[in-house]
Amino acid sequence: MKKDKVIKNKSDKIREVTVALTGLNAIDSPGPGVAVIRCLKEMPDFRFRIIGLSYEALEPGIYMNDIVDKTYQIPYPSAGTESLFNRIKYINEKENLGLIIPNFDAELYNFIKLVPKFEALGIKTFFPAMEQFEKRDKINLFDFCKKNGFLCPRDKTIVKIDELKIPAGKFGFPLVIKGKYYEAAVAHSFDAAQKAFLKISSKWGLPIIVQEFIKGTEINLAAIGDGNGNTIGAVPVRKLYITDKGKSWAGITLEDKSLIELAEKFIAVTKWRGGFELEIMRTPEGKPYIMEINPRFPAWIYLSSAAGQNHPAALVRMAFGEKVKPYKNYRVGKIFIRYSWDLVTDVEKFQKISAFGEI
Amino acid sequence: MKLKSNIATSETGFIFNPSTGDSFSANAVGMEIISLLKKNKPLNEIKKHILDKYNVDEAVFEKDYDDYIAQLQFYNLIDTM
Repeated sequence: MKKDKVIKNKSDKIREVTVALTGLNAIDSPGPGVAVIRCLKEMPDFRFRIIGLSYEALEPGIYMNDIVDKTYQIPYPSAGTESLFNRIKYINEKENLGLIIPNFDAELYNFIKLVPKFEALGIKTFFPAMEQFEKRDKINLFDFCKKNGFLCPRDKTIVKIDELKIPAGKFGFPLVIKGKYYEAAVAHSFDAAQKAFLKISSKWGLPIIVQEFIKGTEINLAAIGDGNGNTIGAVPVRKLYITDKGKSWAGITLEDKSLIELAEKFIAVTKWRGGFELEIMRTPEGKPYIMEINPRFPAWIYLSSAAGQNHPAALVRMAFGEKVKPYKNYRVGKIFIRYSWDLVTDVEKFQKISAFGEI
Repeated sequence: MKLKSNIATSETGFIFNPSTGDSFSANAVGMEIISLLKKNKPLNEIKKHILDKYNVDEAVFEKDYDDYIAQLQFYNLIDTM
């Protein structure tokens, strides 16, 4: 018999759950972990013990004592599912995990593969199935959009630098050069496209996706589906300030029914389970082109909670089998502005996570 | 011609378009015109209001008004009927 890992306290009103999350890298190109934790801490009927899962010793979330209770280092995705499972099993033996929320694209493949094993350990999950995950992959995005009636820039997947001339001839310049998981660059000439190919492929490997450039306003949309085709929430934002890495540093919630309908259509078509982010370019004519679909919460997800839709909270409830009423509204004109803050800690803590892999 | 129904304005001259996330600042006269547009007042009434209240030549007002409306159109703040 599986042990119920949700513990109700004496008053029977507050449930205590241990949740493990990745994405503690609250840096200039941030992971969503810290924002997701902030959302969870706003659930009045849950009390969480937060277990951080880190990849590197300098992820700021590791040292945020009011955010993360304990952190364990986990192996990089390239180490494979068995290595990840062994580590999670060890962590579970110590922490009795109730739920895992992975927050990176690159790690999700391994986590999805391990769902049955997590379930056997009594650890809940709530993320997309492999089929959903692969459909929205950058490599398959154009075909997925074409099949389902979404607008999407034309693209070409390449593995050799010489192949750049094919999309260059077909789409013209500028071109967008994208890594399989992360990083993109806009190239205005063939030389720049070659440089971007080499830089991104050396960091993230092959293939490289070369995309037609679409001019417009960058809009992001955070949404969550229940796995049965129903939208539980959707909040669009316009990027107000974009870093040189193309990340939002400030954004504002928008009122736009057509964007909500786009998210609803995506969820209905894919029966998406969990949170995701649509990256949209809205042309001056108002056409929304889907540029990317990220299979996890965005790093700005705390804004959705501040605007009235706590998507991570909805995920927790659905993971534990609760029926969640869809959010219908959110506050328009809510702004987030990211900021830098020097967190000071002691070398002993750095040493602990570096040497022992836990702190 | 009228201001789009979802455009938010404040007495301080702040204008916010919730569909695009754009925000603008208008001076006092600009806000007066915006508030009249919000009430669906036609051009002749707006013109009368401004000419009665301010010491301005009619031809100058009309030119400035056309420029202002063109800006509001450019920024997608008004519905043209």
